[in-house]
Amino acid sequence: MQRMTLTLAALVLASASASAHAQVTVSDAWVRGTVPQQKATGAFMHIAAEQDVRLIAGASPVAGVVEIHEMAMEGNVMKMRELKGGLPIAKGATAELKPGGYHVMLMDLKQTLKGGETVPVTLTFEDAVSKKTFTRELMAPVKALGGATSGPHSGQHKH
Amino acid sequence: MPPVIAHHSPRRAALTRLGGIALAALGGASLLACDKLAEATGQRAGFRGIDITGADYGREFRLTDVDGRERTLADFRGKLVLLYFGFVQCPDVCPTALTRAAEVKRMLGPDGDKLQVIFVTVDPDRDTPEMLRQYMAAFDPSFVALRGDAERLKATATEFKVYYKQVPTGSSYTMDHTALSYVFDTQGRLRLALRHEQTAQDYAHDLALLLRPA
Repeated sequence: MQRMTLTLAALVLASASASAHAQVTVSDAWVRGTVPQQKATGAFMHIAAEQDVRLIAGASPVAGVVEIHEMAMEGNVMKMRELKGGLPIAKGATAELKPGGYHVMLMDLKQTLKGGETVPVTLTFEDAVSKKTFTRELMAPVKALGGATSGPHSGQHKH
Repeated sequence: MPPVIAHHSPRRAALTRLGGIALAALGGASLLACDKLAEATGQRAGFRGIDITGADYGREFRLTDVDGRERTLADFRGKLVLLYFGFVQCPDVCPTALTRAAEVKRMLGPDGDKLQVIFVTVDPDRDTPEMLRQYMAAFDPSFVALRGDAERLKATATEFKVYYKQVPTGSSYTMDHTALSYVFDTQGRLRLALRHEQTAQDYAHDLALLLRPA
């Protein structure tokens, strides 16, 4: 019996520590490809959070500056703004960073991003409760500019 | 005449949704299916975009292409023209609009050749002719990019009621801009303003209507 309790305790401990490390899960990441001399593009992804967190910063070796942006239509005018306070993601929710909404903006690009390549991106999150920050590394595949229409685009056909 | 926004009519919206279901089900034969559906439900065929036929603006432009040639609307007479204002460093709305335009051209099938997509940069300082050439080629080599100096750009934007503004971000800047796609008919008359939220199917539907003999 005691042994079983110990095993259970170990399991509980293991899952607690796993969740501390897995507060966010990033999936379906992609970066829009660029043409030579183009200095900016967007990275898109889904971020699922197990705790209340805030996406506060990003970094990538291919970009001099990384910002968290929101694209919004005001009437028929497109406005893009940096989210100064970061992007809050509620516990249990999945934030969709997709065309027409939020994106991770890669600026001051150091190279042309070609379809088929992958771009390392480091995202920094802040735990809403403890205010501690932690990072997630991801490898985002580059979708050729003008190519993958069906992926992000078909999702815009709402019904 | 004030612009009529077809999308705001509930009947129209319902039809659009029905059309979308038909499109999803039938894929390639979508346009035809949609028109048949419109007939079947007794709806008069109408535009899904904003009908601006008879507008007293957007009558002409005089800008330079990536080869340095001066181009005006008259150069594209006989084609439907889809005119969009944007900039290359745009991470989202411009590539989405141009990707959609390429998709629309494909959806029109053989009539796709009758569509001329034109991209006017609102960021001529950064959008060099060579960058614009490569940018267009990434979407469709037939797309034409046009630029003008600050004065020409301002005059063109005023003529088309297009808003654009530099907005600083980080060490750089981005551009706010009107994200409508203007459509001219084959006679060079401004007919439609298509909204960014509309789908490729919506665009192709309206362009097909414009190509249909009256």
